[in-house]
Amino acid sequence: MTALVPNSFRTGPDEFGRFGEFGGQFVAETLQPLIQSLGREYARAKSDPAFDAELRHYLKHYVGRPSPLYFAERVTAHVRERAGAGKGAKIYFKRDELNHTGAHKINNCVGQILLARRMGKTRIIAETGAGQHGVATATVCARFGLPCVVFMGATDVERQKPNVFRMQLLGADIVPVTSGRATLKDAMNEALRDWVTNVHDTFYVIGTAAGPHPYPMLVRDFQSVIGIEAREQIVEAEGRLPDVIMACIGGGSNAIGLFHPFLDDKDVEIIGVEAAGKGVDSGEHAASLTGGAPGILHGNRTYLLQDDDGQIVDAHSISAGLDYPGIGPEHAWLKDIGRAQYLSATDDEALAAFQLCAKLEGIIPALEPAHALARAIDKAAEMDADQILVLNMCGRGDKDVFSVMEYLAE
Amino acid sequence: MSRIASTFAAIRQDRRAAFIPFIMAGDPDPDASYALLKAMPEAGADIIELGVAFTDPMADGPSIQAAGLRALKAGQTLTGTIEMVRRFRAEGGTTPIILMGYANPIHRRGFESFVSEAAEAGVDGLIVVDLPPEEDGPLRSAAAAAGIDVIRLATPTTDAERLPAVVSGASGFIYYVSVAGVTGRASALETDVAAAISGLRQASSLPIAVGFGIKTPGHAAVFGRLADAVVVGSAIVDRVAAGAEALEKGALDTNSFVIDVAGFVRELAMATRLARKS
Repeated sequence: MTALVPNSFRTGPDEFGRFGEFGGQFVAETLQPLIQSLGREYARAKSDPAFDAELRHYLKHYVGRPSPLYFAERVTAHVRERAGAGKGAKIYFKRDELNHTGAHKINNCVGQILLARRMGKTRIIAETGAGQHGVATATVCARFGLPCVVFMGATDVERQKPNVFRMQLLGADIVPVTSGRATLKDAMNEALRDWVTNVHDTFYVIGTAAGPHPYPMLVRDFQSVIGIEAREQIVEAEGRLPDVIMACIGGGSNAIGLFHPFLDDKDVEIIGVEAAGKGVDSGEHAASLTGGAPGILHGNRTYLLQDDDGQIVDAHSISAGLDYPGIGPEHAWLKDIGRAQYLSATDDEALAAFQLCAKLEGIIPALEPAHALARAIDKAAEMDADQILVLNMCGRGDKDVFSVMEYLAE
Repeated sequence: MSRIASTFAAIRQDRRAAFIPFIMAGDPDPDASYALLKAMPEAGADIIELGVAFTDPMADGPSIQAAGLRALKAGQTLTGTIEMVRRFRAEGGTTPIILMGYANPIHRRGFESFVSEAAEAGVDGLIVVDLPPEEDGPLRSAAAAAGIDVIRLATPTTDAERLPAVVSGASGFIYYVSVAGVTGRASALETDVAAAISGLRQASSLPIAVGFGIKTPGHAAVFGRLADAVVVGSAIVDRVAAGAEALEKGALDTNSFVIDVAGFVRELAMATRLARKS
């Protein structure tokens, strides 16, 4: 007899949408029949070869998949210069920043828009933080001729102006949300309020692997293309699986997309990196797993930033895309059972990695994966030189250049 | 018999509908909020819905969102809300009280300890908006042990296939959310609600309350003819909001504030009470 480890880590969620004790369907009764019908429709789509063929078609010809797996030679050399003798793992980037619209978000949006069409929905809503998911949703809505309303915290509208304009060019209506701290969680509240009001014609394209079941599952499935490709590509490049895979985590969709296909490869170490903002001890951070506690928000039971009274505490991060007080329930479960490890990186560490990556690789990363890169550089330095680390470069930094310019001027 | 059951029995005898006002506990401040709670029975409240403030009330419109934030800003906590009920009972209040809110604050406390504290303080029922039947099992078993009701919500999207699951295990009464949407926005059509209520009556023998979008004595009268109870929330909370502003400016004292809000509650209660007599 050994510990209570499941035979496979890839079978979740159960029929109630649970990953262990996380997940579920914590929504108002008005929405419950809708998410159940979404679950049924998704199950049918998943087993329909025509749906799969359509999805693959758009991922290849519209998104530009597969994205390359790239050996980051100069970042690796940089790590080795500073590491001890024989140390410094080879660092690869899974280049999802090269996708159409500049991030991994589009993988999920293509999947969900095809599902919305199958279900005969005629109006699309979405929430967005950094604006990447909003842009990706507005993009697929333009492509399929569906009206699109994007809810975005007023604070984020201000700090992500280029993406707001992009969404407008794509024909989306942007609704600035002023409730709460006016960031991602408030945008999600407002999107849920819209959905509950427009139940008959509206499809809610959730941008991360969180929310009520089936969203964490279906977003994960649509993002798993990242890990499936990476697994094939690393075997092709190196003849074996990586030793470590890493990704940044806000809600956790890019991370679960990379992680899920590797969950049963027990020799692959899995590390997620949360946003520590000004430091986890400062109280101003977005590290729900590191600094939060289990709770119920936005349809799922998961780790949340909250006070002793169960009120949600505002997240803080330099990266609008990580500025969320919750986390996808599958990550909460992977943390609790110990299959994945979750670290964090501060604003300053992410900024340093952002600049380093630009200078050494000619790749300006989004601030989100810059968090993962900050920890990957440390991790690689501890690893042997014949080991391999794969990092998900989940978005590019075009959207961040102006805010980084302002931060660096301060 | 529970306080909720005996209230509905008495109202049936009277051949009228019950009136259920909603106020947010701690809004705009603990003292004014308690004074308002105390005034509710005399203003005609048959049952009182007391809101539990939460930072992220995803089923509420702007009025109740703002009410919760005012309460939190004034220092309201879940403990403070339970204490309001305890004091109300200690001072002789017998009107049934239902706490209405979201799962996270009570999950943080622990369903069991929350329920036993609430029951002991004199709470009669709970409405937890984001615990649908699929997720309310742990709360219901704790509540059953403590002898308090978990009120189930039925909505325009609850179809005939789903309705049996919603009504089975319901207790106290069924709350029919008359519009698909958040609180305080659109109002339902009388014919739609009449049809929904007749469906509910076939599925359950529990009393049926109607809420969402009921803003005026006129609306209350319409739905008071159809349902066993009428719930008004946002319209009362808007009145509280107006008073809160005047309170803050010193243009109003607590008594005048209570008189104003209770006056509006009285109009709604009267309209509900007289609905079947006209």
